[in-house]
Amino acid sequence: MPLLNIKNLRKSYGGLEVVAGLDIAVARGECFGLLGPNGAGKTTTLRLALGLTAPDGGEISMLGLPVPAQAREARMRIGVVPQMDNLDPDFSARENLLIYGRYFGLKDAEIAARIPALLEFAGLSHRADSPIDALSGGMKRRLTLARALVNDPDLIFLDEPTTGLDPQARHMMWQWLRRLLTQGKTIVLTTHFMEEAERLCDRVAIMDHGRIIATGSPHQLIRSHIEPQVVEVYGEGVTGWTAAHGHAFCERIEKVGETVFCYTHDSKDLVPHLHGRSDLRYLSRPASLEDVFLKLTGRDLRD
Amino acid sequence: MTRFLYLPTLSLRFIPVWQRNFLVWRKLAIPSILGNLADPAFYMLGLGYGLGGLLPQVGGVPYLTFLAAGTVCYSTMNSATFEVLYSGFSRMHVQKTWEAILNAPLTLDDVMLGELVWATSKSLLSGLAILAIVWALGLAGLGQTLWLIPLIILIGFCFAGMGLVMNALSPNYDFFMYYFTLVITPMVLLCGVFYPVDQLPAWLQAVSAWLPLTHAIALARPLVQGGVPQQIFAHILALLAYGGAGYYVALVLTRRRLLK
Repeated sequence: MPLLNIKNLRKSYGGLEVVAGLDIAVARGECFGLLGPNGAGKTTTLRLALGLTAPDGGEISMLGLPVPAQAREARMRIGVVPQMDNLDPDFSARENLLIYGRYFGLKDAEIAARIPALLEFAGLSHRADSPIDALSGGMKRRLTLARALVNDPDLIFLDEPTTGLDPQARHMMWQWLRRLLTQGKTIVLTTHFMEEAERLCDRVAIMDHGRIIATGSPHQLIRSHIEPQVVEVYGEGVTGWTAAHGHAFCERIEKVGETVFCYTHDSKDLVPHLHGRSDLRYLSRPASLEDVFLKLTGRDLRD
Repeated sequence: MTRFLYLPTLSLRFIPVWQRNFLVWRKLAIPSILGNLADPAFYMLGLGYGLGGLLPQVGGVPYLTFLAAGTVCYSTMNSATFEVLYSGFSRMHVQKTWEAILNAPLTLDDVMLGELVWATSKSLLSGLAILAIVWALGLAGLGQTLWLIPLIILIGFCFAGMGLVMNALSPNYDFFMYYFTLVITPMVLLCGVFYPVDQLPAWLQAVSAWLPLTHAIALARPLVQGGVPQQIFAHILALLAYGGAGYYVALVLTRRRLLK
């Protein structure tokens, strides 16, 4: 039985269907990524799953409990890392954990016993008594994650966990999330950061306009939606080159501004050919989840 | 809208929310108490002695004694109002503290009940502080002024409930100015804090009779002056009604604001 099971979920705001018939099933121990451009409905889906807003249609069950009917009970065993840090600025790191644990009905002694391990997990043992304002962005994010673990949850929701972090902090966050997965936790994360999803998630769903448009493991999605090799070609000669040779070397061509994306199963002839051209520059790389994402959701700006 | 109309759920789960606010208050207790106490105390003492020296008696007692009852009530009102407006709005809208709590197994009803009880508790301290001055100056004996304590709680509840409506509607801090200029200040001036309501022209007396602070002072003044309030239950009912209706309306509006 899936830990999180969403069937035909619907939610509209003012006539606009933000979630339009969504199906998601997340198994225990899985890391599931919900990907989508801004406004795709990711955050609304999380709010619905947590029972913070009522759906217009469909069914949600979380940890075997119906949502929203028993959302409160289900949240006893859920951890949430929101998109924007909402740590309590009036308290120290340690106090934040204590106060938050109380919301789960935990006794002070019980929480106090958990705090050292949580602070250590977040790498904040030496900053336990620092006020929140004195912590860096990465430290706040880690503390928010530690706070989400105060009730030892089975399922953890993370809404864009690494947005705004520097590469060091981001890689650290990924390591922490992997550690949680090895401990048997289940993770549902939203991100528009494809690399993150590719590294962490067993399975991802790409969402747009309130619907899931593709789902599978990152490798499966790459394999089934896109050619395995990508060569990005740019430089002053790119227009002439594309017209003359593009179709000989590429199975599919996308032109974005001054850059040509050349998708192919085999780039071994193309690369030496490009290498000899002084008017062109190129980048040859394997296809990534980001290529799939852009292919499926388009390249138009969403804001 | 209709799906937000259900009655408030009351649960002891509000306690950790209250505890959170209490812990913050404890860190800032001394400036907070001073801030709550100093302003109404100076009004009471300044006007009481300064203006009181020019007046024979007001309402049959020295002016300072007359002012004492009004000051207890309006100090409590102010404290409860400020707490749910400015501090409550910071927690709900600016710091997103409520949002964090709602991700835990608490509901918005729990959070708002916690805020209501907290604002009532905090205003109890403000009312008690003025009461302590009343006792210290010997303006009234301990005896029946002890009845002021439950009355202060009731006043705190009344204005916390009403203020939460403003919190629910407010887009920003500036919005609260309307409430102060159009509701709180008129109440201070029309409800008998500084002079007996019967000094006002009939039409203003008629307005005054509808205002909750009038009911609070109608109970508090006889208690300070050693008499028995008239129409006790009507006044209590009025305060409960304002607070209760305010709380319910605030809850519905805040559900619509945060849970849509």
